[in-house]
Amino acid sequence: MRKSRTNMVYLTRIEHFNAAHKLFNPAWSREKNEEIFGKCANENWHGHNYELYVTIKGEPDPETGFLLDAKKLSKLINSFVLDKLDHLNLNEDVDFMKGVMCSTENLAVAIWNQLTKHLPATVQLHCIKLYETSRIFVEYYG
Amino acid sequence: MYVFLPPDCKRMNKKVAVFRRETFNAAHRLNNPDWDEATNYRVFGKCNNPHYHGHNYELEVKVTGDPAADTGFVMDLKVLSDLIKKLVVERFDHKNLNLDTQEFKNLNPTAENIAIVIYDLLRPHIDGKNSIQVRLYETPRNFVEYPA
Repeated sequence: MRKSRTNMVYLTRIEHFNAAHKLFNPAWSREKNEEIFGKCANENWHGHNYELYVTIKGEPDPETGFLLDAKKLSKLINSFVLDKLDHLNLNEDVDFMKGVMCSTENLAVAIWNQLTKHLPATVQLHCIKLYETSRIFVEYYG
Repeated sequence: MYVFLPPDCKRMNKKVAVFRRETFNAAHRLNNPDWDEATNYRVFGKCNNPHYHGHNYELEVKVTGDPAADTGFVMDLKVLSDLIKKLVVERFDHKNLNLDTQEFKNLNPTAENIAIVIYDLLRPHIDGKNSIQVRLYETPRNFVEYPA
């Protein structure tokens, strides 16, 4: 018998935020930080326009046809992620990045952890894709 | 003889604009030291955050003039690229505009003011026969041009 087909769908919402940060390991000397992180270690920070792609997966609700209302997904991302990051300093102002190196990799993992607990049980988080610049991005699949 | 310009370039208006795009990433904040904290927050909103925020700035420099008879160039774009890198990108990239640059010690680093500063940095180094215009993207959706 043919295996029954699932209706698994992936839905992506794109959001953006602007933030300052630096790459600096306080356990190292300034020289070592500059050697490893180059100009990203600049003491007085630099910044980026981050582009965030949040992808969820699941089966569309038969009554609405939606996996999750994209507007609701946007509101969740805004409340639990963007309000805590946008126009802020990632090293200084963000509770969930305290004590963590502010790399794009770690930020993607932290965004996953922030978001996953607030999604309805009918959907799963699939991927966090985070662009630091138009040519540098990371993906995290949990 | 090899011809470096199309034959119809003898027509009246043969000006051409050439463009070079470069990028730099920087932190900044908008703040007027003559105002109190509440006024600064009311006017500049979250851009006033005391710990700064940042952008990927995209810079487009437009040079307009007549293509030279011997090269066919308005301006060699490699030369323009090197100028922008030396005068602008090295100065602002991975810096805090408020704290790390002379230009914004006493000047609010709005996109408007950054564009004017960049124009003034480049203008003396580009042939006076050519006009230049600076377009600066602070985000993909916010950008300014100088001169307007």
